[in-house]
Amino acid sequence: MLLVLLVVVVLNFLMLHLAPGDIADTIAQTMGGADEQDMAELRKQYGLDQPFFIQLFNYVVRVALLDFGHSHFYNLPVFDLIMERFPATLLLVFSAQILSLFVGILLGVYAAQNPNGLSSLFVNMFSLFGYAAPVFWTGILLLIAFSLHIPIFPVSGMRDITIESSNFFVHFFDVLRHLFLPMITLASIFFAYYSRLCRASMLEVLGADFVRTAKAKGLSKKDVLLKHALKNSLSPVITFAGLSFSAVVSGAILVETVYSWPGLGTLAFNSIISRDTPVLLGILIFSTLMVTVGNLLTDLTLKALDPRIKI
Amino acid sequence: MEDLVSINNLNIEARTRAGTLKVVNDLSFTIKKSETLCVVGESGCGKSVTALSLMSLLPEGILKVSSGDILFDNTNLAQLSEAELEGIRGNEISMIFQEPMTSLNPLFTVGEQVSEVIRRHKNLNKEKAWVSAVELLDAVKIPNPDKRAFDYPFQLSGGQRQRVMIAIALACQPKILIADEPTTALDVTIQAEILALINRLKEETGTAVMFITHDMAVVAQMADRVVVMHPGKKVEEGTVHEIFNNPQHEYTKSLLAAVPKLGEMASKKYPEPMRLVGEKKPKALKPIIGTNEPLLKVNNLVTRYPVKGGVLRRTVARVHAVEDVSFTIMKGKTLSLVGESGCGKSTVGRSLIRLVEPTSGDVNLDGQNILSLNPKDMRKARSNIQMVFQDPFSSLNPQRPLFDQVAEPLRNYGTVKREVLQEKIGDLFDRVKLPRSFMQRYPHQLSGGQRQRIAIARALALNPKLIIADEAVSALDVSVQAQVLNLMMELQVDLGLSFLFISHDMAVVERVSHDVGVMYLGRLVEIGPRPSIFRNPQHPYTQDLLKAVPIADPDKRKSERDLNFKPLPSPIHDLTHNPAPSEYKEVAKNHFVLTTDCGY
Repeated sequence: MLLVLLVVVVLNFLMLHLAPGDIADTIAQTMGGADEQDMAELRKQYGLDQPFFIQLFNYVVRVALLDFGHSHFYNLPVFDLIMERFPATLLLVFSAQILSLFVGILLGVYAAQNPNGLSSLFVNMFSLFGYAAPVFWTGILLLIAFSLHIPIFPVSGMRDITIESSNFFVHFFDVLRHLFLPMITLASIFFAYYSRLCRASMLEVLGADFVRTAKAKGLSKKDVLLKHALKNSLSPVITFAGLSFSAVVSGAILVETVYSWPGLGTLAFNSIISRDTPVLLGILIFSTLMVTVGNLLTDLTLKALDPRIKI
Repeated sequence: MEDLVSINNLNIEARTRAGTLKVVNDLSFTIKKSETLCVVGESGCGKSVTALSLMSLLPEGILKVSSGDILFDNTNLAQLSEAELEGIRGNEISMIFQEPMTSLNPLFTVGEQVSEVIRRHKNLNKEKAWVSAVELLDAVKIPNPDKRAFDYPFQLSGGQRQRVMIAIALACQPKILIADEPTTALDVTIQAEILALINRLKEETGTAVMFITHDMAVVAQMADRVVVMHPGKKVEEGTVHEIFNNPQHEYTKSLLAAVPKLGEMASKKYPEPMRLVGEKKPKALKPIIGTNEPLLKVNNLVTRYPVKGGVLRRTVARVHAVEDVSFTIMKGKTLSLVGESGCGKSTVGRSLIRLVEPTSGDVNLDGQNILSLNPKDMRKARSNIQMVFQDPFSSLNPQRPLFDQVAEPLRNYGTVKREVLQEKIGDLFDRVKLPRSFMQRYPHQLSGGQRQRIAIARALALNPKLIIADEAVSALDVSVQAQVLNLMMELQVDLGLSFLFISHDMAVVERVSHDVGVMYLGRLVEIGPRPSIFRNPQHPYTQDLLKAVPIADPDKRKSERDLNFKPLPSPIHDLTHNPAPSEYKEVAKNHFVLTTDCGY
C-alpha cells in the first residue's frame, strides 16, 4: 500500500518534470515576464538546478512531510487548500458508495428470488438505465427536475449560508439536504453494477447445497435468503465495490462540478483550467490515498465476512 | 407396527425443454416407526427426488408432484401451508445429503449451524441451544466438541462434516431421518464409521430412517426393509433378508450379482472384468497375464510441499505428502495404490510425471531417469506416461469439441500428419467405443461415463506405455464404473498397457490389479501381489482397511465397537523434522510389509 503511494508520488514528480515549462516559467508568466538572471535565481530558489535524483528525493521527502507546494492561483499552500475541500469529497464518495451498495444488494436479492419473473426484468432494466446513462446527464436531469419542478432539495453547494443558527443539528441536516442530489447521482451509476453482480451471485449461491440444507432445517424463507445465501454471495459484490472505488472518486469530480459541490472535484476542475499543476498533483496523491484506503477497507470487510481469507 | 410415512401412487414430473418427463411413476411404499427403509437404485431412478418430495423441497418450476399423496403421521403434506411445512422440516423430518463438503454453510461455525436448528424449533435461548449443540457434537463423536463448535466447516475433514450434518439432522429428535447417499463421497473407513453411527443413533433415539443408496453392500449394513427402484418405478419391496436371499425381480437379481465381493478373487491369478448389471454371463476376455519385465521403477520417492507463512512468505513447515516410497510396475500389468484420502497416493501419481516436483528419489521409466531430465526431454518423456483424472466433468474443456480435445496431445507433439489425424482420432473413438459422430460434440452433451471414455482416448492418443488412473472411476455410477473399468482392462490386453491405478475402493482394486500397494500417511505400508495382500494382510492398517469394507450380507453387520480407526495424524511437520527411511520385511514372495513406524 505504501509502495503504491510511493510509486504515485514518483510518477507525479515525473509528470511535473516532463511537462514543458517549470514553476519558474509559470511564475515568470504571472509576473509578466522575467530576464534570464531572474529565471536562474528563481530556479535556484526552488531547487530546480539540482540533479534529477536529488530533486526527486527532495520531492518525495516534501510529500511525506505533507508539503505539496504552493498554489499560485489561490496563493495558498496546496495542503491547506486540499484539506479544506477533502471532507466534502470524502462525504460524497462514501455516502454514494454505501447508498449504491445498499440499494444494489437489495435489488439484487429481490431479483434473484425469481430470476425469470417480472421483478427481475424490472431490476435489469433499471440497472441497465443506470449504467448506460452518463453521470453528468443524470446529474443535469435531476438538477433540472429539482430546481424547476420539485424544488425540495437544493441543487448547488453544500451549505445554506443564510442559516444563522448555532445548533449543530440544524447545520447537519442542512448538509444532508444538500448532499441528497449529488449522492443519488453518483450512486446511480454504481448501484446498477452492484445489483447485477449481486443478482448473479445470489442465483449461484441459491443453487448451492448448503442452501438446501438451510431449507431442510425448516428455516423461514427470509432466514434462508438473508442469513445463509446473502452472506455467501456478498464477496464478489464487495470485491467489485473495492475495485470501482477509484471510478467512484473520478465520478465524484463530474458530479461535484455539476452541483458545485465544494470538494476536490471542483478544485481539480478549476486547477485544470488555471493550469495550477501543484494543486492537481496534490489532488492526485490524495485520491490515491483515498483509493488505497478504500481497497484496504474492502480487504478487511472480506476478511470479516469469510473466515477462510487470510491477510 | 404403525405407518409413519405412507406414499401412495406418487407421480413426479420434470419439466424440461423437450417436454414433461415422468421421473417417479406410480410409486407406493410405507415406512414404519423406528425402522430403516433402504431405497436402492442407480442414479436417475428417482430415489432422491422421492426423498425431496417427502421434505416438500422439490425444486420449484422444475419438478412437480403431478398426482398421488404423501401421508406423514396421518397428515397429508400437500395440504399443509408453507409455514406448517417449515415447522416440520428439520424438526420431525430431517435430512442429510451426499456431499458433506458443500452441505454446510462455509461462513458460519459448526456450533452456530447446529444450534440454529435447535433455536428454530425448540424455543431455547442462545446459550442453552449452544450447550445442547455441543452435546450433540459429542454424541456424533466429534473430538473436543466444546472447542470444535467454534470451528468453521473448512477446518473439518469430510467425515467430521458429515457427523455435523447428522448432529443437525438429529438435533430435534425427528420422527424420520432421510439419508441421501450420505457416505458415497467418503472414504471406506469413514463410511463404515458413519454407517455404524447412524445405526447407533437410530437405536438410541428410535427415529425411523429412510436410507437412499446405490450400493447393495451398504443396504446389507443398514436396512430392515428394502425398496428397489428402477427408472422411476418400484420393482421390488421386501425385508432385507428376502431381498438378499430370495430376490424375485430380474433387476434385483442382476444388481446383487454385480456386487463385487471382497475375497472372491483370492484364488484367481489374473484380474477379471467387472460383472455388469443385467448381463447374463460375463464377457470373456483373454487373461491379462502381463510380463515380468519392469517398466517403471520408483526408488525412495519423497515429495514434500512447503507451507508458506509470515510476511515474507517464507517456508515455515512442510507437508510430508510422500515419504520414502519404492515400487515397480511391470509391463502390461496394473499396480493399484489404495489408501484414505490424504494418504499421498495422488501425489505419488503426480510426482511420477513431475506435475509436482519430488523432493528426492529415483523414477526410472524404461531405462530413462525421469527426475534428471531437462524440461525439453521431460516433455518428450511425458508422452510415455499419461493421466486420467477423477472428475470427468471438470477435466474436459467445456468450450472445445471432443475431436480437438482428443487431438490436442497429437498436435502438441506433432507426431501425426494432418491428413491422417482425422483417421487416427476416429480409431481412438472406436477404441473407447464411442461413435465417431461424437467427434464434433461438446462435453456437456455426454454422460459421465462417456466423458471418462474421452479422457481415456485422450490419454491413449500418444501410445503411452503407462497410464496413471487417479480415482478415474470414483465419480461414476456403479454400472458405468464397471463398463469403464472393463474398457481399461480390454485396452490392457490389446495394447499391453501398464496402469498405475489409484483408488480408495477395495472391491474394485481387487478385481483390476496384479499388484497392490497400501499407503498410509505418505508411507507405503504394504505392497505385494494382489492375492497375497488380500488373503494374508500383514500390516495392521491393511487389516483395518479391509475390515472397513461393507459386506453385502445382512447377517454380517458392523457396529461402532468393531471399528476403531484412529484419525489421520497431520502430515505437516516443521523444517527440522527428518523422518526415518522405510524398511520392509518380505513375508511372502514379493510381499513386503513396513516394519518401521508410519504413524498408525
